[in-house]
Amino acid sequence: MRRWSRVLRTPVGIAGVTMLGLVLLLAVLAPLVWGDHADAVDTDNLLAGPSGQHWIGTDNLGRDLLFRVLVATRLSVALALLATAIGTTLGLLLGVAPLLLGRRVGRLVVAVVNILVAFPGLLLVLFFAVVFGVGTRGAVLAVGVAIAPGFARLVQTFVAGIAERDFVAAARIAGVSRLRIVVRHVLPNIAEPLIVNATITAGGVLLSFAGLSFLGLGVQPPSYDWGRLMQEGLSGIYIHPLAALAPGIAVILAGLAFNLTGEAIAGAFGVSTVTGTADPLPHVPAGETPEGRAAHEGTVRDDLVLDVRDLAVSFPGGVRPVRGVSFGIAAGEALGVVGESGSGKSLTALSIARLVEEPGRVDARRLTFCGTDLLEQADHDELLGTSLAVVFQDPMTSFNPVMRIGTQLAEVGRHHQGLSRRSALARAVDRLAAVRVRDPERRARQYPHEFSGGMRQRAMIGMGLMGSPRLIIADEPTTALDVTVQSQVLELLQGVRREQNAALLLISHDVSVVADVCGRVLVMYAGRIVEDLPTDALRTDARHPYTRALVAAVPDMATALDAPLATIPGQPVDPAHVPAGCAFAARCPIANDRCRTEEPVLRDDGTGHRVACWHTAEEVELLSIGTAGGLDTPSPRGSGYSTTDDGSGYSTTGDGSGYSTTGDGSGYSTTGDGSGYSTTGDGSGYSTTGDGSAGRVASASERIETKAPGEEVAR
Amino acid sequence: MTTLTPAAAPIRPAPRTRGIPGGRWTRFVVRRTGRLLVSLWVLVTASFLMIHLVPGDPVRAALGLTAPPDLVAAKRKALGLEDPLLTQYLHYVGHLFRGDLGESIQSQLAVSDTISQRLPATASLALLAFAVAVAVAIPLGVAVAVATRRGRRRRTELTFAGTSVVLGSIPDFLVGVALVAVLAVNLGWFPVAGRSGATSYVLPVIALAIGPAAVLARIVRVEMLSVLDTDYIRTARAKRLPSLRINLRHALPNAVTATLTLGGMLLASMVAGTVLVENVFAWPGLGSTIVQSITTKDYPMVQGTVLVYGVIVLVVNTLVDVALALIDPRSTIGDS
Ligand code: SF4
Repeated sequence: MRRWSRVLRTPVGIAGVTMLGLVLLLAVLAPLVWGDHADAVDTDNLLAGPSGQHWIGTDNLGRDLLFRVLVATRLSVALALLATAIGTTLGLLLGVAPLLLGRRVGRLVVAVVNILVAFPGLLLVLFFAVVFGVGTRGAVLAVGVAIAPGFARLVQTFVAGIAERDFVAAARIAGVSRLRIVVRHVLPNIAEPLIVNATITAGGVLLSFAGLSFLGLGVQPPSYDWGRLMQEGLSGIYIHPLAALAPGIAVILAGLAFNLTGEAIAGAFGVSTVTGTADPLPHVPAGETPEGRAAHEGTVRDDLVLDVRDLAVSFPGGVRPVRGVSFGIAAGEALGVVGESGSGKSLTALSIARLVEEPGRVDARRLTFCGTDLLEQADHDELLGTSLAVVFQDPMTSFNPVMRIGTQLAEVGRHHQGLSRRSALARAVDRLAAVRVRDPERRARQYPHEFSGGMRQRAMIGMGLMGSPRLIIADEPTTALDVTVQSQVLELLQGVRREQNAALLLISHDVSVVADVCGRVLVMYAGRIVEDLPTDALRTDARHPYTRALVAAVPDMATALDAPLATIPGQPVDPAHVPAGCAFAARCPIANDRCRTEEPVLRDDGTGHRVACWHTAEEVELLSIGTAGGLDTPSPRGSGYSTTDDGSGYSTTGDGSGYSTTGDGSGYSTTGDGSGYSTTGDGSGYSTTGDGSAGRVASASERIETKAPGEEVAR
Repeated sequence: MTTLTPAAAPIRPAPRTRGIPGGRWTRFVVRRTGRLLVSLWVLVTASFLMIHLVPGDPVRAALGLTAPPDLVAAKRKALGLEDPLLTQYLHYVGHLFRGDLGESIQSQLAVSDTISQRLPATASLALLAFAVAVAVAIPLGVAVAVATRRGRRRRTELTFAGTSVVLGSIPDFLVGVALVAVLAVNLGWFPVAGRSGATSYVLPVIALAIGPAAVLARIVRVEMLSVLDTDYIRTARAKRLPSLRINLRHALPNAVTATLTLGGMLLASMVAGTVLVENVFAWPGLGSTIVQSITTKDYPMVQGTVLVYGVIVLVVNTLVDVALALIDPRSTIGDS
């Protein structure tokens, strides 16, 4: 019931339900109250225009049009509801038939429905109008039968979704009869979307019926519905346009009443598509974070390719996935960033590349790349386009599927280096050769789907080499790849870095990958750098408990390959609710009261090794980490934030929100063909938006961050 | 196509290449042609059966209660209604192949002549309206998507959403009536009815195009929005391409692929939509013919026009599928 009240809380819902109530009220009362007025003949006022006596004029017998329009409500609505009832019942039967009748007959039904829905509703209506005969009865049957296939398709889609579920499969295995499965298990689960769609369908039927009567194929005189009134009005449109317009407006309003109500119910029951109003961004002034205070203003090194001070990324609602990160990279240096998903490492990379989109907001005290201040409002496109190379995680989705690889590489040359189309393409081929793509001429003409994953990642690196990169940002460049090609891609990155003397920022959840490639590592936790140390020191001199846990979790040669994967016990911090004090405290085996109240500052020990922990000096028993929480900690999902690390940035817009009648996508499922005829449309078959991305995000969020057997940790 | 395979059923390997040699394209074309042929057969059979499904004697109904019995009998014989059903069916199909759609009961004219005379008026109307709808919807949808992305300009978004929902749900013939009342009768800018010169096209085309344009624009917007959030658009942004190129060259083709499916449905339904709009504007096309012949119970004429409408729709659907396969080689061909 709460959901029903939610219907009434939206403006659309209020408007729809109010209108629908009025329409239904009129349908009941109007003929009783005004029935006689509507038939009263006023011979003094034939075809009269609007007057005090007849507000919107009269027809050719001098009957009052306003009353006639009002009285016609009953017949119009009643016939529409009747036809809808016939159509939806028939559609429901056809829709569940495949489930009831078994596979072979089911296929036939599906095939027939598929053929029928290919025809526009109006054609079906006309066909059946002929078959059932011209007149009210024929028209009701015709419209009813004509909407059945579309509704059946919808039901089939919903049923297909339910039939795959476990409880249906279980019932089937348990030998429950088909009829019972349908009645007890399937129908209750699809009832809501069906009712919503039936409501919207009724709106469409109302319009169809008006059309049929307008053509003279529906209600016959002396009865009249809105369509009939319109037809009578049209013949006199020169003298008296309102006579045709008034019933038309009535049809539209009534149709809208059904549609809006349906949409509102859909919205309340399904996934709301409207994003909440954006909260003002909590703006933490730079320098007020502990790390900011710790960083010394004066020490600006000019050998840095990239210099980042106090970088923060925030989203509306007070979510701050990156909370003050400072570091620099020198030319030719390879710097790794490790951390769990949600640690803010990918967003850090994206914000450096200036790829964080609204409503995400990037603040920093300093952000210079090759000596250029990126925070300045200026056009940095050429610099970033030629000197910054970005390699993304998933090469499968990072190339445009409908453009040739060569073209996609050549674009950089065309737009930033002033190359002609031909020479840009030649350079693209050359670059493909440089990243050891064989037969680059032919490969350049191919589409991404003709490339293997590893090959695509090479091409992506090649794309970065179109210019002369000073910095290569590689965000999990090997995570989506086969183990066999991972090392090749890493080697390629290394080679490119050396050849070009470029800096490399390698983001990974895998400590061993970073340890192989990089000289220095930043360990990130909950949007902060918690430790910054040379890779050599990882095994020997890691001081932060989190770093040590990460390192201890890395399998070494002695580890059995089939040993179970381990995680660090406890859950990563939800960026929307960062606790006071040290963010790691909840998972830290040596946390004390100070840790829980006071946030540790990232301190440099003088050698460049930075740590943010109150207890770095203590030799800690890390034994408890591996054993305390067991191996199967829940995966860090469901915070609503999991999309962020993916770079798409906090997207709750939900425009293709699974439920096909809700989102913006619903427009086409319900309005169907614009003329209002194929009322149920084909929303079912057409759901290309939405869900795909959600699934991808879920799978992309790295569930298990560190791989190792528990014993290893506990040693 | 949705096939409802019970979850517990054993998985059978799909007979992929059986019987059909050649590449994926060949298979696609063969399969699609097969579907077209089956649909055509259903259509032809339905239109044949129509005259037999009509309650009562169709000839009696057409000629009226006062018509002399021998005239009715003669007419029935001429129409072949006395033959066995199968003979009639074969006869009907045979004549179809020769382009013979029979003869009007009312005017005695060949149905095919009437149709070929009236088809151009309908086809030009539908195609023009479709072109207008696409030409308006795609730029509009793209512009709104780009402008309102990520919660920006919420007011624009709401206005667009509201307007497009309302416009999309007003049936074309009502738009037509309103247009006639305001622009033709009151203002006298355009002819009220008939087909005479370019200006006579304006109102019917608007009436037909406005709803589909609104629907299409919404879909283009939704598709654009989802495409703009993809990884490859992020890659394009990482390349620092001009936003015009990102939106038009990188995003639009991907958005249009999905839009096209619906565009085809819209075109098909526009063809059907002409029936009502033609009646509003007394347009001398197939739409007025079909309604007239239904009211006068001129069944051969109804059969012919329904058939022609149906064939057009089926052909349009097939063409759209082929176009889809051409634009996006990954999607349509691979699976069924
Ligand atoms: S500050 Fe305290 S809670 Fe945080 S890591 Fe160090 S010891 Fe653990």
